[in-house]
Amino acid sequence: MSVSDSVLDHLRRVTDDPDLAGTKYDLLEPIGRGGMGAVYRVHDSSLDRQVAMKVLAAPDPSGELAARLLLEARFLARLEHPGIVPVYDAGTLPDGRAYCVMKHVSGQRFDEWLATGPSRNAALELVARLAETVAFAHAHGVIHRDLKPANVMVGEYGEALVLDWGVAKQIGAAEVGTGTTAPSGSQQLTHHGAIVGTTSWMAPEQSRGEPADQRSDVYALGTLLAHVAGDEPAPALAAVCARATAAAPADRYPTADELGKDIRRYLAGDSVAAYPETALARWSRVTRPVRPLLALLGLYGALRLAIFFWSGD
Amino acid sequence: MAAFSAPRWQPNPVTFPATRVSLLAGIASERASERHRALERIVQAYWKPVYKYARLKWKRSHEDAKDLTQGFFAAASEKEYLAAFDAAKGRFRTFLRVCVDRYVAKTASAGMAVKRGGAALALDFESAEHELAGAGGIEDVERWFEREWARSIFDGAILELRSRAGAPLAKTRIAVFERYDLVDPAQRPSYAELAQQLGLKPTDVTNHLAAVRRELRALVLETLRELTATDEEFRSEARALLGVDAT
Repeated sequence: MSVSDSVLDHLRRVTDDPDLAGTKYDLLEPIGRGGMGAVYRVHDSSLDRQVAMKVLAAPDPSGELAARLLLEARFLARLEHPGIVPVYDAGTLPDGRAYCVMKHVSGQRFDEWLATGPSRNAALELVARLAETVAFAHAHGVIHRDLKPANVMVGEYGEALVLDWGVAKQIGAAEVGTGTTAPSGSQQLTHHGAIVGTTSWMAPEQSRGEPADQRSDVYALGTLLAHVAGDEPAPALAAVCARATAAAPADRYPTADELGKDIRRYLAGDSVAAYPETALARWSRVTRPVRPLLALLGLYGALRLAIFFWSGD
Repeated sequence: MAAFSAPRWQPNPVTFPATRVSLLAGIASERASERHRALERIVQAYWKPVYKYARLKWKRSHEDAKDLTQGFFAAASEKEYLAAFDAAKGRFRTFLRVCVDRYVAKTASAGMAVKRGGAALALDFESAEHELAGAGGIEDVERWFEREWARSIFDGAILELRSRAGAPLAKTRIAVFERYDLVDPAQRPSYAELAQQLGLKPTDVTNHLAAVRRELRALVLETLRELTATDEEFRSEARALLGVDAT
């Protein structure tokens, strides 16, 4: 006799739940799911706190996915930064599935947060902080390779968090920051020539299956920036977006840090590196804050001249 | 009458093969014994969905649906048309369902009556018919067939679990599993109630359940491994069968 519909639904769920028998974790609830893994809220009984557990959900006959998850955990363990969720633990569950345990963070996905209607400057400020986080990872030899709204979280205190380093790649430290050469001798867990990332946000060289470097992350940050900038950005902001998303890596900002700095210059009303100004435009921008005062001074001068000529008669 | 000759094999509902290579490679094997073994396992996993599909989608009577199921798998064995499956073009279960549709259309257009041969497959059609009591029509064919396929995979894995429960500890585990996971939610006891019923500690109940579910998951995935042609199809079907993607 076959199982009933309700029993079938139950079995499909419980056979997928992580097997936490004999571990210090108790399952609370699923909180997210991707193509290869699922994330659960679990209780760490030894430290009496709630944490997030990422578990490999897909079958992994070759062990490649487990190795990738472990590598992600090791990357995260190395990257201590306010914009990166800290990892606490990693290993293999009794049912053979790989897992890693991270800090449980409440917040909204970047696109959900944008839908709440923050000011454009607040959104630009957030992208600048993301660029700084990514620049920090690059400085530690790690390229994210899959930056997109789904992998960015805005925490409940407004913190910008870069998530899902599952397809990240380590490059030689000497290569980071040069912005001129494709990485060699890199450690990565993808087949040679395999396309890694999400098509609509990824750099052209990634779409072609070519090696990614830190400028590929700059491109993805640029697409996020363009998304935030809207349809008719100011010329300087449009220039920042255009440079970050240039088709050729050599035409982009060489580092995420440079991109972040240019966004901050724009927010401060300063000249941006991506938008060379004429002398007139520069004078116009610099004098903009004191333009009413200059107008008053001009009017005063004109009046004095008029009085001078009048009295001269 | 559709071409039909009785196959020499019968599906064994309990025995799982020792090697877990893809059966879809087996049905294209040059060795007849390998082809028959592969087809036997495919019949085991799919006969019930095919029978119910014939009853509900094609509105066949109980007898006609039985003959159609027997005839389909016999023709699949003789004409080897399941060997034409191309994993690059989609899932095997979708391919098999389309094969059933074509088989039904072919027999109908030729005005043929599908009849069973002398040594028909030993399949429990009466239980399959019993399970259809109260069933309505099929609104979404793909979704319906996927659900029946999932049911069949779990049924096979549970049967295998029971066949392994020889030792006392395994018997206790199966008893816990049957009284907790295999009962409808409305009748499901709490861990404490079940522990009392079986003279166990509540932690023993949860530990037994974890162990059985672990084994059940492994059996389900092993079956899926056999019934899929590539790693990609295997992963995709596992996502469809287990967890929140499953509905």
